[in-house]
Amino acid sequence: MATMVAKTFRGGVHAHYHKEDTASKPIRRLPPPARVVIPLHQHTGAPCEPLVKVGDEVKVGQKIGDSSARLTAPVHASVSGKVVGISLHPQSGGRDVLSVIIESDGKETLDEHVEPRTDVDHLSADEIKAVIREAGIVGLGGAAFPTYFKLTPPPGKSFDTVILNGAECEPYLSADHRLMVERPGDIVDGARLLLKATGVNRAYIGIEENKPDAIEAISKAVKGDDRISVVPLKVKYPQGAEKQLIWAILGREVPSGGLPVDVGVVVNNVGTAAAVRDAVFSGMPLVERVVTVAGSCIAEPQNVVVKVGMLVSDLIEACGGYSAPPAKVIIGGPMMGVAQFTTDIPVTKGTSGVLLLSKDEAAPCDAMPCVRCGKCVEACSMRLMPLWIASYAEAGRFDDAERMNALDCIECGCCSFICPSRRRLVQAIRLAKSEIMARRRRAQAK
Amino acid sequence: MDGTGLIVSSSPHQRAAVSTPVIMSDVILALMPAALAGVWFFGLRALAMMVVCVAAAVGTEAGLEKLMKKPVTIEDYSAAVAGFLLALVLPPDLPLWMGAIGAAFAMAIAKFIFGGLGQNIFNPALIGRAVLLASWPVFMTRWRWPIFQAPWIPDFDAVSSATPLALWKLNGIKTPYLNLFLGNVAGSIGETSALAILVGAAYLLWRGHISWRIPVSFIGTVAVLTALFGQDPVFHVLAGGLLLGAFFMATDYVTSPVTPKGQIVFGVGCGVLTVFIRLYGGYPEGVCYAILIMNAAAALIDRLTVPRKFGEVKKVA
Repeated sequence: MATMVAKTFRGGVHAHYHKEDTASKPIRRLPPPARVVIPLHQHTGAPCEPLVKVGDEVKVGQKIGDSSARLTAPVHASVSGKVVGISLHPQSGGRDVLSVIIESDGKETLDEHVEPRTDVDHLSADEIKAVIREAGIVGLGGAAFPTYFKLTPPPGKSFDTVILNGAECEPYLSADHRLMVERPGDIVDGARLLLKATGVNRAYIGIEENKPDAIEAISKAVKGDDRISVVPLKVKYPQGAEKQLIWAILGREVPSGGLPVDVGVVVNNVGTAAAVRDAVFSGMPLVERVVTVAGSCIAEPQNVVVKVGMLVSDLIEACGGYSAPPAKVIIGGPMMGVAQFTTDIPVTKGTSGVLLLSKDEAAPCDAMPCVRCGKCVEACSMRLMPLWIASYAEAGRFDDAERMNALDCIECGCCSFICPSRRRLVQAIRLAKSEIMARRRRAQAK
Repeated sequence: MDGTGLIVSSSPHQRAAVSTPVIMSDVILALMPAALAGVWFFGLRALAMMVVCVAAAVGTEAGLEKLMKKPVTIEDYSAAVAGFLLALVLPPDLPLWMGAIGAAFAMAIAKFIFGGLGQNIFNPALIGRAVLLASWPVFMTRWRWPIFQAPWIPDFDAVSSATPLALWKLNGIKTPYLNLFLGNVAGSIGETSALAILVGAAYLLWRGHISWRIPVSFIGTVAVLTALFGQDPVFHVLAGGLLLGAFFMATDYVTSPVTPKGQIVFGVGCGVLTVFIRLYGGYPEGVCYAILIMNAAAALIDRLTVPRKFGEVKKVA
């Protein structure tokens, strides 16, 4: 393994990673907050209906929201206590979402359904998938796509490979890194469960080379299981993007408009694998996750295990508060994360990081004219022509933007990052994408 | 935190450190060795030409922008770069006022009326040079020996001072490699010393501001083609404006293709045209026109060399 040449994809950028503040510190478990706000819609798919009423007593791991829709993920109480409200609350996506507000009794009483399983080896693929669904597990890398749904190939398609994503290419974030160092066995157990759930016997765990301790820990944990290999990846953003990761590891190109399943692959984050392991072995649904709290304006940057529903403002308090007034609060990483207008938002299943950036780090810059340097073309991880698509979008020529493959853009942000004229390229392409999709919907409605 | 004062913008929230003004000032820095060589070989007159051209270029851009009530953009340094580049491709004894007219023309006609930075089709410095050559051909082809004499010419008095390419084309005299490499030959202010140009080019490559594609394909094409035509490829690479043109003019972002493949096509095109002008044209040197002609084709080359997008494959069964 040590002699293996690190793999990668074409394009991408090298950013300042800023991981040193958090990557070497152990994950700290935060005490349960006095109050949690648990959104009923934290995932891709249909929102949940509340299963509790105001005044109900709830326990840790109790299901408090579910939906009969095919694509959804139930939500669970992350603390024990009393439901004090079910109302709209702002969420990191920018919208107000119906949320269950629970006041903790501090006892952390477990729901009776949360029981360690003794028959793990006898679970069938469908049983594992059912456990994953009931545990409300979604992709923890940030996209929050329901995991059970991904594990079932659509009719006519099949998997031959499982990939675990431990690239963690976003700057600042080190939650996956710490998890790989501290819980490698659980991640590998999760990988084995994913293999069983998909009926596959080949798994790769891709990790960027800047995490040698994680590569070592995971390599040790997979020893003896020749179905699973660790693949060192070059340090380059967006190495952890699904299509780029599959290309780097397998040399397979997910077709335009397609999904990893089109090339026989299912990709899951390493954190998701650990959550799968927890759900199957201990019966604990997804009620907490590791979050990187970083940036120059937080007093004690670190990785913490946080209850889903803890308010970001409380989380910042728990990490020592502000060391300087932040100019920007970001949920996620600096390349694809979402800037917030308030910290009165809950940590959700998809919250990988909370970044507090100073004015110097986050200062918006004025765009200059495009000088046609071509750096965006070289950096584009999907090999598009960002300068053209963005120009068309800015001119309102969305048909031309579509012709230039705007919809293939994965919004990694490399073009805007690298642009020496500070143009808002991916931002304009995003606009084009949503306009193209809106036009399609309108055309269909007619 | 109630959120007042938090900046909300669309990702990415991080930007690379290199900005357009940084690149432009790095280009100026990278031209310094060639400029210093010019002053060393041709005296303070060369320095005066640089000052005049830069001042005329910057002044013209600022003046026109003020006149048209547009934001003044001289702080992006692109006007200074154009003026500097023009001075380096002019003969050392050209009257200074001609240099000023060339620089003003470059900024006003070649850049400003096209829409300013990023919009011009042709390299402004080369347009300035072409206009001066068309307007004052005698002054533009009157060369001077550098301060150090030219001992390799057998009968010195027999030939008027001429550039190595002209000496070769008209008199059959080949300038030794070492002189071409160091730069003590007749020629434009900044193009005589291959060494000085390569030092600056290495800096730009190291900083990542230019890629190898255009210079390597341009110079490589000239070497291969001249060899095929039975000429001395090393001489053709070192002599004339090829190195300065390939590293500093053809790589101009605005007037060259943006696609990686297109940049190679562009470089090869520049090389082919340069060789044909040198060997079969009326002028001894063809770099300037070769680049200008390829400038006109840059947008077309881009359209024909759009990369194959990721995922544009047959579905894997």
